[in-house]
This record gives sequence, structure tokens and C-alpha cells, in this order.
Amino acid sequence: MGKERIENAFLEKQSANENLFVPYIMAGDGGLEILEKRIEFLKKCGAAAIELGIPFSDPVADGPTIQEAGIRALENGTTLTAVLEKLNSFQEKRTVPIILMTYLNPIYVYGVEKFASDCREAGVDGIIIPDLPMEEEAFIAESLKAHSIAFIRLAAMTSPIERLVELANRTEGFLYAVAVTGTTGARTVHEENVKAYLQLLKENSSVPVLAGFGVSSVQQAQDLGTYCDGVIVGSKIVELFYNGKTEEVKSLIKGSISNEYILG
Amino acid sequence: MTTYTMPNETGRYGNFGGRFVPELLMPAVIELEKAYEEAINDPKFIEELNYYLKQYVGRETPLYYAEGISKKIGGPDIFLKREDLNHTGAHKINNTIGQALLTRRMGKKKIVAETGAGQHGVATATVCALLGLECVVFMGEEDIRRQKLNVFRMELLGAEVCSVSQGSGTLKDAVNEALRYWVSHVNDTHYILGSVVGPHPFPKIVRDLQAVIGKETKQQIVEQTGELPDAVVACVGGGSNAMGMFYPFIEDKDVKLFGVEAGGAGLETNKHAATLSSGNIGVLHGTLTHLLQDNHGQIEEAFSISAGLDYPGVGPEHSHLHDSNRVTYTSITDDEALEAFQFLSKSEGIIPALESAHAVAYALKLAKEMKQGETLVICLSGRGDKDVEQVKSLLEGK
Ligand SMILES: Cc1ncc(COP(=O)(O)O)c(C=O)c1O
Repeated sequence: MGKERIENAFLEKQSANENLFVPYIMAGDGGLEILEKRIEFLKKCGAAAIELGIPFSDPVADGPTIQEAGIRALENGTTLTAVLEKLNSFQEKRTVPIILMTYLNPIYVYGVEKFASDCREAGVDGIIIPDLPMEEEAFIAESLKAHSIAFIRLAAMTSPIERLVELANRTEGFLYAVAVTGTTGARTVHEENVKAYLQLLKENSSVPVLAGFGVSSVQQAQDLGTYCDGVIVGSKIVELFYNGKTEEVKSLIKGSISNEYILG
Repeated sequence: MTTYTMPNETGRYGNFGGRFVPELLMPAVIELEKAYEEAINDPKFIEELNYYLKQYVGRETPLYYAEGISKKIGGPDIFLKREDLNHTGAHKINNTIGQALLTRRMGKKKIVAETGAGQHGVATATVCALLGLECVVFMGEEDIRRQKLNVFRMELLGAEVCSVSQGSGTLKDAVNEALRYWVSHVNDTHYILGSVVGPHPFPKIVRDLQAVIGKETKQQIVEQTGELPDAVVACVGGGSNAMGMFYPFIEDKDVKLFGVEAGGAGLETNKHAATLSSGNIGVLHGTLTHLLQDNHGQIEEAFSISAGLDYPGVGPEHSHLHDSNRVTYTSITDDEALEAFQFLSKSEGIIPALESAHAVAYALKLAKEMKQGETLVICLSGRGDKDVEQVKSLLEGK
């Protein structure tokens, strides 16, 4: 459970010579009833872990696709409490690590200690909080540690080297390398300096480095995968599920994780 | 005697404040903090700021003894701090001119801003025109409808106004979009936040730049009456005019300070923007403060007749002053504000902004409990020209 489950799952994929692929889905988009099925589907497609978004009314790090998914989820009545209960209900059957991505306020209002303990209870393995920089994290880091939940830090292309090194040192499970200067959302190309940035993080990190934000195609996943351990894909996955294109989800994941993929 | 030294080095006002922003923005807020500290310790910068405040903004603004309303109430002597007489018609430009000069100093050429009533947007577009900076302003769809003329003003001044349809289409959503824009353009763009909200150092920068209101008031009231006032009243949206007015008085314990929030249709209706009076603590737009939110931490919509008070959060320093009981926070409903809007117009020949009318309405209530010989200062944060059309249709609809 927790940090170890993520590390083991990643090792297993890497030993099988696969790139890591972590799909992001919005909890409650399409209803919480489908959550279990969707997670199992993603696991079968080859996902190394699942990043599960908790909807928030004011998601400042997200672009339009995830914003809209969040609005749909909130309109369905999705709450952090309900998501944790749902995860708890099928945790025994689940074989893929779950990482919650949530803005700080829902955690704050839920109560930090109760949040960490309920996450543990529900079998949540890791947490990502996009609006919590290192300077403010102490009050949450302690509770997460006490419950052995991996606290995954985000690095940014604007961060100076000392901050990147510090983030690489602090992170648990893996390091989330935000690969654009911007919000989440599909893009066709990444900035020039993304390679040097990923290489620097790789050199300084003892855990896998995954690139996320703006990744939407097998091509990009393969390209970025040359410089780090894999990718996180959010907006594109959310959009494909919303449009019922589950076969495309499968081919996106399968193409991305394959080390035999020939770049077109 | 304790001295008031908020915020601390981590941007905290007691438990409140801080900087809860994505890592992507951290370098920018750290850079801003450094640049600001250097600037305010540089006599050249202060001289430049003072030059523009005097020659361009038109400071100092009068502290006007409002004889008409004082006589009508028959209580304290009521004074109006005339921020409505600033260039662009509100206190907002005290902040924007300072931040625009800071932007130039940091070598950035582009500005992004949010606006509610349009006053901050106009004040930002104005200083951008003055200093040759590119300007993008995000404004909620609903606010664009309520404040059409201000949209045109901004465009006239050369700014690009972007309509925000997400959420309630008001100030909170405009801040979200401005933050997203800043995240994507942080390398060459400065974000001029319009109130004492957002991540550190914004609440401090905006307060310091607005403190000119309180500093002048303190000097003027002593010149005119020989002593400090008994009470000071200001409206609170994000809280910048109030913070600027209160700050120089915080250690003068005999001066009672009152912050007036927008009570909308009434606190019992849930259609209001009275964050301190009925909200609870959480994190929004980078700061830990009082918020209007549900039990699951989802931010709720704020409602007010005045676009400038329509915000579900409040500056963290106000949360601190509230919890430490230094300032009393109350609220005024839409109807009360509308009445005060007309009363001040008829009694003094001054049409106040609907935001400021909230302060006037509460001050009139307070005055009835005060004695003759006491003094009461109202921060008249802006003029009402922008609201005349809206008030006309509200009154005709009655
Ligand atoms: C005239 C006027 N007063 C007050 C406000 C509220 O802002 P703050 O609380 O930051 O002073 C506004 C905001 O637009 C305004 O235009």
C-alpha cells in the first residue's frame, strides 16, 4: 500500500521494458458508479497507476477540458467524501495504484488528518496537490507520512535548479514533471527546453520522473519518454472517455508504453 | 505597546495568508517579493511613485466635512475621504500605478488583470496606456453586462478585455482566468491583482500602496479637528480600500474601525457576499482566508448589487483583524445601499459608487448611536457614474 505499491507497480512495468503511463480521469465524470469499471479498463490497457481528480469549483491549474469535466462531476453531486467511500468499496479487488489529485481547499475543509487517515482506509496510494508549494506543505506532509501515503511533488519549467533538486529530493513514489509553462490541456508540441529540463530532473531523482500537462498523443509520449520514465495524460483521456472513444484510449496507452514503437 | 508588523516573512497575518500557488508561479511571486522590497527601499522609486500620485492621479484627495448629512443626523461630524476624486474615479489607481511602475522596474512589458466592477480594469488599462505596457483584462460575463461602459473605456485605453463565462461569470471567475493566463505567460507578464487578496506578497503590496488613503486621512483629520477620529468606516469587497484606510490606524486603539461587507438580499438568504460575517476558513486564489463555501470546500457564488463587492473571499489581513477583534465587520443589504446611494447624492451632491454606498449606509446607522462632538470618517472609495444606469433601471423596476 501507499508509496511501496506505487514503486512496485512501476518497477514491474519497467522490468517488462515498458514506458510508464499514468492516465488521469475526473472522479464523478459520468457518475461514480462507473469508476470501478473505468479503473479496471485502464489497468488492462497497461496503466501503471491511475491519477484520479477530485472536482473543485476553482481549478486554476487546469485548462478547459478538465474544468468542464469537473463541472460535470460537481453537477453529479461528486464530493471528496463520496469518492473515498466509493474507492473503499472495491479496494480489495483493485490491483492498480490510485493517486488522488486534489486542490488544497477540499482537503482543508475535510480536515487534513482525517483526510490522510480516510485515504489510507480507502486504499489511496499517493496524493498530488497542484496548489501547494514546498513552502506551505509541512502541515500536510506530516499527516501523509504518518499514514504512509506517497506525497508526489510537482516540478515546473520555471523553477530554478535549486528548487528542482529540492523537489526531486522530497518527492515520494515519483516526480511529476509539469512539461509546459501553462495549464493542463492537449497540445501538439512541447517547448524546446523540455528535454534539458527532464534530463536534469532524471539526474537528480532517485524515483521515476513522469512528464505531464499537454501530452495527448503516442508520438509525444514516445518523444518525452526518451528523456524520462513515462507520461501522465489527462485532458486527452478525459475527452476520449467523454466522447465514448474507449478504443482510442486503449491504443493511446498501448502505443505509449511500448518500447518497440516506431516513431512516425 | 506592541507594534503591528504583519505580515511575517512567510506572508502570514496570524494564521491567515501565505502563498498557495502552483510551483509554476512560485518563482514569479518570489521575484515579485524581492523586486517590491528593493523598490520601496529605493528613494528614487518612492519619488517616482509620489510624482505620479500627485501629478497624474491627483492626490492628495480631500477629507471633506459633510455638513449636510452630519446636520441631518444630528450626531457626530461626518467626514468623507474623497477617493472618488482620483483619476478614473476610485481608489483602485493608487494600487495600479504603483504596480505598473514596479512592472517597468522588473523589466516586464505585459500586464494581466482581473476586474469586477471594471474599476480595477479601467485603472489598470489607464496606467498601462500611460507607461506603454500591453494589457489584458479578464472580466466575468455577468459583470460585462452590468458594466458595459467600463468595458468600452478599457478598450478605448488600448486594453484587450476577455469575457469569462465559467462559473458565475463574476469576479472570482475572472481571477481564475487571470491566474491561468499568468501561469501561461509568467515569463514576460506581471499580474496586477486589484485587491488585498491572492498569494503573498500581493496582499501586502496592495495594502502598502493603498495605505496612502489612511495616511492622508490621519493627517487631514488632525489638521481639521485637532484629534484622531472616533470611528472609521469602509466597504470591503476584497478589502483594499478598507485595508488602505485602516492600516495607519491599527495601533490607534481608540479609533474604532468598521468594515462593511455586501449583505446582498440579506444574510439569511444565502444571496450575499458577506464573507467575514458568515463564511468559514479555506484556501482560494493562493491565500488562506475566510470564504463562502459549502461543506465540501466548493466555493459558492457571491451576490451583491455592486459588482465590486461580489467576491466569495476576502483579504487574509481582514481575516486576522476580524479574529483578533481589532476591526468590526458588518454588512449592508442591496436595498440599504441603494437608499444610501440616493441619500448622499441628494444631501451632498456626491454620487457614490454602489460599493462605497455600503460604507455610507452603515456609517449613517452608526452615526445614530454616536454623540455630537465625535467624528466619523467614511472612505468614499469611488464615484457612482459607472452605476447610474444600473440604479436607474433598478429604481424604475420598483
Ligand atoms: C469604488 C469601489 N469601491 C470598493 C471596491 C471593492 O474593492 P476593495 O474591497 O478591494 O476596496 C471596488 C471594486 O471594484 C470599487 O470599484
